[in-house]
Amino acid sequence: MSETTTPRLDVHKTYKLFVGGAFPRSESGRVYEVTDLKTGDWIANVPLGTRKDTRDAVGAARKAVGGWSGATAYNRGQILYRAAEMLQGRREQFAAEVAASEGISARKAAALVEAAVDRWVWYAGWTDKVAQIAGSANPVAGPYFNLSTPEPTGVVGVVAPTRGNGYSLLGLVSVIAPVIATGNTAVVALAPEAPLPGLSLGEVLATSDLPGGVVNLISGRTEDIAPTLASHQDVNALDLTGVNSPDGPGSARALETLAADTLKRVRRPDVNDDWTAAQGTDRLLAFLETKTVWHPMGI
Amino acid sequence: MPTSSPPPAAVEDAAAADGARESLAEVASTEATLRRFLHGLPGIDAVGLQARAASLGTRSIKTTAKAYAIDLAISMIDLTTLEGADTPGKVRSLCAKAMRPDPSDPSTPRVAAVCVYPDMVPFARAAVAGSGVQVASVATAFPSGRAGLAVKLADTAEAVAAGADEIDMVIDRGAFLSGRYLEVFETIRAVKRACLRADSTAAHLKVIFETGELQTYDNIRRASWLAMIAGADFIKTSTGKVAVNATPANTLVLMEAVRDFRAATGVQVGVKPAGGIRTTKDAMKYLVTVNEVLGDDWLSPDWFRFGASSLLNDLLMQRQKLTTGRYSGPDYVTVD
Repeated sequence: MSETTTPRLDVHKTYKLFVGGAFPRSESGRVYEVTDLKTGDWIANVPLGTRKDTRDAVGAARKAVGGWSGATAYNRGQILYRAAEMLQGRREQFAAEVAASEGISARKAAALVEAAVDRWVWYAGWTDKVAQIAGSANPVAGPYFNLSTPEPTGVVGVVAPTRGNGYSLLGLVSVIAPVIATGNTAVVALAPEAPLPGLSLGEVLATSDLPGGVVNLISGRTEDIAPTLASHQDVNALDLTGVNSPDGPGSARALETLAADTLKRVRRPDVNDDWTAAQGTDRLLAFLETKTVWHPMGI
Repeated sequence: MPTSSPPPAAVEDAAAADGARESLAEVASTEATLRRFLHGLPGIDAVGLQARAASLGTRSIKTTAKAYAIDLAISMIDLTTLEGADTPGKVRSLCAKAMRPDPSDPSTPRVAAVCVYPDMVPFARAAVAGSGVQVASVATAFPSGRAGLAVKLADTAEAVAAGADEIDMVIDRGAFLSGRYLEVFETIRAVKRACLRADSTAAHLKVIFETGELQTYDNIRRASWLAMIAGADFIKTSTGKVAVNATPANTLVLMEAVRDFRAATGVQVGVKPAGGIRTTKDAMKYLVTVNEVLGDDWLSPDWFRFGASSLLNDLLMQRQKLTTGRYSGPDYVTVD
């Protein structure tokens, strides 16, 4: 009846994990608070993922390996391209999250989100070309065709970037896309301080025809999640990009030691100050195994 | 006077049990009296039953208690392979796994039994000889139970003669559902007789109801009493071949039936949920339910079994996790 309109109550988003194509809460039921880097204001409660959540995610990732690595490279490319399309459609939401997470202006954040869309597209193009640069026809001294072809390593544990310009979304995309482009599946420990763009990326991937379990996103303390991934006997490789604690259970040294027990392929932490720079192929080639076939000829 | 001594049923045990059951067996003198008895059993509150089964599944079992429960669950498994594609080689490898589930850890207990089709019994018997692992054989036209009595008895006798320690028979669900209780009763009796060996010992008889086909919890309770009166040593939920297999709720009905049966007759009957139990967590839920409904007397492989195949791998992976502190994976257990 009254003429004055009361301000609309905001509907806060419930951020959830992304595991096996579904959006569960943490099995622990716990959450932690994420704040705006600049203002210090509360933005959202996000799930505090546990070792058990990580274990479930590895199980989901293992289940997805067969289907995803067996899909044609062309098909994987289409799906990655679709992820870029879906991300583009939600630019504004991601720009707001990136701005709050990294404490940057809206304009800069929007540019970073667009760069993330372009990065998906760039890696989508690589899916059916990586075999050309990683594989070879080998000249051998005998009547054989000798062919080496790259194969995915399997389940890759990824510690998401925690620093560098654009790390919260562009950096995240730059570590996930090369892992899955070649047919691996990923369990990602999101940056504890800036998990929002990552958790929302789960919603993009869920609507991109990406089979459930190919990417699994866990927010929480890196010192819980990363050692679980490093010691898990069903994880085949580890990308330690975001690791930056000098010592303790979450340090690169501790994680590499754990990973050595099961002979995991490990990509060591690297200091990347600017994720907007053009990427090389080293991330694509980091998680591949080579299969060489000797095929008799001339018979 | 619960019989605490384990199978294989000795002669005197069998005789005592039969004697105690005779008082109840009179209800099966005619179709009418049997029907009156079975339909006189108290009805089941389905919602209450499911709520109770669900609440028993919420316990948190950790650390040393979990380690104990895992070992107990492993020792209760009837490791099963019931595929059309079974071969002697597959049965032998299953037996090897039954005797030494985790070759990298000798402290792992062996499983209770291997469960195979009758024609595979000789291979299983030879493979597990002297290990203490029992050989269970399904019989009576498993899994449908659609065959004449003579065929069912021959099926059973063949398995027993080949060396089966335990016989898992299926009831004729068609007869049961159309109310021909006496026919089901007489079949169980006849199969029980067919379980006798030449040296007058007997193979243990497990009766499978296929609870997923019995439609109501009341029917499951009736089938339980029918089988126990007829002489079952174990009652078992399912074949594992239909859509709905063992669930906490229908296993709870079986447990309540064996508890009430012992109270009425003094005879203890075992329970075996089978089918669909795949994870350690599932197994824990059943063990909690056994402990709460039946107590310690049933918490042994002699009185409670899991019919399962993939469950063992999950138990072994959890066991490795408890021992080493890191999560294990399917690469560290056998494929089958």
